[in-house]
Amino acid sequence: MGLINSLGRWGVKKLSSLGRATIMLFYSLVGKPQFRKNFAQFVEQLYVVGVQSISIIVVSGLFIGMVLGLQGFNVLVDFMAEGALGQLVALSIIRELGPVVAALLFAGRAGSALTAEIGLKKATEQLTSLEMMAVDPLRRVIAPRFWAGFVSLPLLTLIFTVVGIYGGKLVGVDWLGVDDGIFWSGMRASIVFSDDILMCLIKSFVFAIVVTWIALFNGYDLIPTSSGISKATTNTVVQSSLAILGLDFVLTAVMF
Amino acid sequence: MKFNKLEFIVGCFVLAGIIAGVILALNVAGLTLNFNQDTYKVKGYFDNVGSLKLRAPVKIGGVVIGRVSNIYVDPEKLTPVVEMEIQVNYNNLSSDSKASILTAGLIGEQYIGITPGFYDEDLGSTYLKDGDVLSDTGSAIVLEDLIGKFLYSLQSSGDDSAKKE
Repeated sequence: MGLINSLGRWGVKKLSSLGRATIMLFYSLVGKPQFRKNFAQFVEQLYVVGVQSISIIVVSGLFIGMVLGLQGFNVLVDFMAEGALGQLVALSIIRELGPVVAALLFAGRAGSALTAEIGLKKATEQLTSLEMMAVDPLRRVIAPRFWAGFVSLPLLTLIFTVVGIYGGKLVGVDWLGVDDGIFWSGMRASIVFSDDILMCLIKSFVFAIVVTWIALFNGYDLIPTSSGISKATTNTVVQSSLAILGLDFVLTAVMF
Repeated sequence: MKFNKLEFIVGCFVLAGIIAGVILALNVAGLTLNFNQDTYKVKGYFDNVGSLKLRAPVKIGGVVIGRVSNIYVDPEKLTPVVEMEIQVNYNNLSSDSKASILTAGLIGEQYIGITPGFYDEDLGSTYLKDGDVLSDTGSAIVLEDLIGKFLYSLQSSGDDSAKKE
C-alpha cells in the first residue's frame, strides 16, 4: 500500500511541476509584446548566455572534429578509402554531434548559470520585490532569458559545426595528407542543405527551447535555500542532458 | 550615439553565427569563392564517366595539375562531357594528349589521368588552350560491364571447346 501511495504522490508531484512549468512559460511569453522595454535585458542575456559560451563551444568543436578526422582516417586508410573522410566528419558532426554536444555544453555552461541566478533572485526575494513594484517578474526576468537561449544555441551550434569540420580538415588534409578536393567534393556530394543542415537547425532550436525552459523553471520553482539552489542546479544539468539525448533519438527517428 | 560595448560584442556573436551558416551553405552548395583565375578550361567527351565527382583531381603521372569543374551531358550528342580546369603553368600539353578516367585503389575515388601526347609542329600538333576539346579519351571502367564481358567470353570459349569435342 505504502509503495502505491508513494508512487501516486511522486506522479502527482511531477505532473503538477510540469503544469507549473507550462504556466510559467505561458505567462512569460504570451501577451502584448514589449520589445522596446525588454530589449536591453535581451541583449544583456544574449551576452551572458551566448557570447560567454563561445570559447567552450569553439574549443570542444575543434577537438571533436580533430578526433573524428584522426579516428576516421585510421579506419578508412586500411581500405584505401580515406577519400570518404570528409563525408564521415561532416555527416557525423552536422547530423548528430553538432546539435547534441553543443546543447550538452550549453546546458552545463549556460543552463546551470541561469538556474543559479534566478534561484538566488528568488532566495533573496528580488522577484517578490519586482512584483511589489508592479513589474511582472515573468515578463521582466524570465522572458528575455528564454529568448536569449532560443537565439544563441542555434548560433552556437552553427559555429560548433563549422569549427568541427575545419578541425577534421586540419587533421585529415593538412597533417595526414588526404586530397583536399576529394575531401570537400565527397562532403558536398553527400550533404544536402535542405536535409542535413536544416535538420541540424531544427534539432538545435528544439534543444534550445527544452534546455532554457528546464533551466528557467528549475530556478523559478526551487526551494529558496542554499541547498535548494544547489539541488536545482544539479537538476537542470541532469534533466536537460537526459532530455537532449532522448529527444535527439526521437527527432532522428522522425526526420531521417 | 553612445558606444555600447555589450551591444557591439553581441553583434559580433550574431555575425559569427551567421558567417558559420554561410560557410556551411557554401560548403554544401559547392559554390567556391575562387579568386585565382590562373587556370584554363579543357573539355573531353567520354562514353561513361563512372562515379567521377566535381572537383576531382586531374593528374599527370600522379601529380595534380587541375580539377574537374563541370560534368554534364551534351544536349546534341547525348554523351557525357567533363570540363577540366588546368593550371596555367602546365600550358605546354600537346592537343593529342589522352584523358582517361581512372580509379585510385580498388574502391577509391575516381580521377582523370592525362597521358601527355607527342608534340611535333610539322605534323600540325598544337598546345592545348582555353576551350579546346580533348579528342582522345578513355572512359571509366564499370565493374558490371567488365564482369559481363568476362562471363560472355567464358561462355563463348566454353561453346568452342564443346564444339571441338
